[in-house]
Amino acid sequence: MILLYAITVGAVMAAGVYMMLDRNVFRIMLGLALVATGVNLIIFLAGRLGPVDPAIISTGTYALMEGAANPLPQALVLTAIVIGFSLTALACVLAYEATRTLGTLDADAMTAARDEGDPFGSEPAETR
Amino acid sequence: MNSVILHALTRLFFAAMLIFSIFILLRGHNEPGGGFIGGLAGASAYAVVTMAFGAHVAQRWLIIHPVVLCGVGLVCAILSGLPPLMGMGGSFLTHLWWIGEIGGVELHLGTTLLFDIGVYFVVVGGVLSMLFRLYDTGEEEAGW
Amino acid sequence: MTDLLVILPLLVPLTAAALCGLFWLRPSAQRVVTVIGMAALLACAVALVLAVRENGIMATQPGAWAAPFGISIVADPLSVLLVLAASILAMAVAVFSFRDVGMNELRGGFFPLFNGLVLGVNGSFLTGDVFNMYVWFEVMLVCAVGLLVVRRGGVNLDGAVKYAALNLFGTILFLMGVAFLYGAAGTLNIADLAVILPELGASTGITVALAFFLLALAVKAGLFPLFFWLPISYHTPPAAISAIFAGLLTKVGIYATIRIVTLIFGAQAADLTTVLTIVAALTMLVGALCAAAQSDIRRMLVFLIMSGMGYLLMGIAIGTTEAVSASIFYLFHDIVVKGAMFLLAGAVFFAGGTYDLRQAGGLVRSHPVLAGVFIFAGLSLAGLPLFSGFWAKVLIIGAAMDGAAYWLAAAALVAGFLNLYCVAKIWMEAFWKAAPEGVDIAARPKLPLVVMAPVTGLVLVSTAIGLWPQPLIETADAAGEILMNPPLYSEGVIQAVIEGTEDVTDPVVEEGEQ
Repeated sequence: MILLYAITVGAVMAAGVYMMLDRNVFRIMLGLALVATGVNLIIFLAGRLGPVDPAIISTGTYALMEGAANPLPQALVLTAIVIGFSLTALACVLAYEATRTLGTLDADAMTAARDEGDPFGSEPAETR
Repeated sequence: MNSVILHALTRLFFAAMLIFSIFILLRGHNEPGGGFIGGLAGASAYAVVTMAFGAHVAQRWLIIHPVVLCGVGLVCAILSGLPPLMGMGGSFLTHLWWIGEIGGVELHLGTTLLFDIGVYFVVVGGVLSMLFRLYDTGEEEAGW
Repeated sequence: MTDLLVILPLLVPLTAAALCGLFWLRPSAQRVVTVIGMAALLACAVALVLAVRENGIMATQPGAWAAPFGISIVADPLSVLLVLAASILAMAVAVFSFRDVGMNELRGGFFPLFNGLVLGVNGSFLTGDVFNMYVWFEVMLVCAVGLLVVRRGGVNLDGAVKYAALNLFGTILFLMGVAFLYGAAGTLNIADLAVILPELGASTGITVALAFFLLALAVKAGLFPLFFWLPISYHTPPAAISAIFAGLLTKVGIYATIRIVTLIFGAQAADLTTVLTIVAALTMLVGALCAAAQSDIRRMLVFLIMSGMGYLLMGIAIGTTEAVSASIFYLFHDIVVKGAMFLLAGAVFFAGGTYDLRQAGGLVRSHPVLAGVFIFAGLSLAGLPLFSGFWAKVLIIGAAMDGAAYWLAAAALVAGFLNLYCVAKIWMEAFWKAAPEGVDIAARPKLPLVVMAPVTGLVLVSTAIGLWPQPLIETADAAGEILMNPPLYSEGVIQAVIEGTEDVTDPVVEEGEQ
């Protein structure tokens, strides 16, 4: 089970890293989102696989039942998912705006910031 | 988007989704649900309006600016954490409960509810401020 | 009462951010809210420093969730010092933004994002939980990306895309470290980890976790060779925003490195001395050399930030209590002075109309006061006597000599001279050199008080530390002592938490009884 799980995590991570190596900005952002998903899976694994019952304390008791899953990784992953969601949304908006303003999706062709104030550029930096 | 079906059904969808989102928000006390997921559902209600009539109409239906809604939500969330600091015992965000009966229905009310409502507003405001911005510019370019 | 004091540095900027959101359509109201908020934050930070000096470590458990399951907010000497430095800089930037941040940037959400950034920074400093630190990193990242694009030009968007992509990758690596650490130790509370990890001894999981943490923090702190996002993003936004980035964001990376390497991993991290030494030396030398080659003030300062990171890492690499304390002193100095330098760069731009040293000149005749303040800040950065930078460099190089890290000390001295060269270059080109032909010195704009007051204030802070370093050295020593003795930290936190919860009834039990 753990081996299968590890292979799945590896596959997700590999796909994410492959996309991150692309020059297309959107693909880089999607690749980052995929790698983040892979990390969420690792957190889950870190809490040990095994017990599967929902981690809910039923009425009248004060502790988790035998066989209940570890609730902490669930809380961590949930938080990480929510943060990942907002960051992916932000990254997409950012990539979209950058594409509209700079007219390209190619990370290599985006050189505006690198050229700003470059001491070896042919012209002195523009003043704003 | 010029779809007759979408236009005709939007009001219905909007009302249904908004009510459902509030249902999800309130049920979050002891069951799956809560402010975040309710807020996403509420934001998608407005997303349907945006798709059908454009960002301006959705903004009008929202009444206040999405970022202001975010601010309202944050203020609610902060206020929900304050009572313990005002001498009622406990640290910041320690939630207090009031359990009572109104008209034969047992009610569990706590400061968590205020916190969850705050989260709901922040999520609706945050998602919509992004959505409106994207939709506005898209509209101009495509000439809809 | 302690609960309130510990949580206030988070609550104040959060409330300010919320109110700025409420006043979204009225930017002038946001301005007032932010300045009041930052002044209140500064007062809270001073109160917190005094309280911690008196009582030792203070802690609280938000929501009354018991440690180690709930999140601890811990105010130890290291945290409160950095909260104080951050508050000083935030106050200065808030005032400086009156002139630097125009209507367009205000509509882009400058003030809510600024308050959010301060919240994220304070949160990272005060948290007592590794996962929670990740959450604060993300809060900072979101606000930082937003701040980079409040001025929406191609340059800003380009810088922001690269900043976001590389830093997002950094935080993902950090989360990976958190996952492995949790798998190996079963807890993420720093006070708990500080006790458990030495007992566990070496294991693959812990080594992997440490590797991921270091990699992530090297990205965050802009260490050699993972600094590439720094010079292509930090110089693009308005000076006020660059200043807050320069003073705080990379410093949070180095703060987390100090915390994690010394307090949490301690023994395991001792094997890393060689690697850390090489990285520290290369970071300070490469940063200083790159800075010397620049002709744009902001780009030069960006590389000087990187050079400063090398000095900060140096203390961790040497690894003695003395060296870590020196690093902490340096960190405080660096936050104040690097922020001041960026604000001064902005002031030079307002006065001379350009950031390009080749086109600048003659400012010493048109703006003598600015020239005076600049030379004070520059000498502090370069580490000359009278200023905080002198003590910072003396302490850290002294610690290197005591720790027998002679090569590192030599590298620090060489980098120090290069830093002095860079500062002298800015001074000569922008201030001393005659103005370029066709520039009427008399027609240059006068600088308003909101520009001069913050930079002068920051330089005065640096001078005050330079003239009277004892209190800061004492607190830094106390902080270093706690970091190098994990049980001290754990006991302090546990003691503080117990004191804080004595009179609190358990809300869950209360509900169950009814």
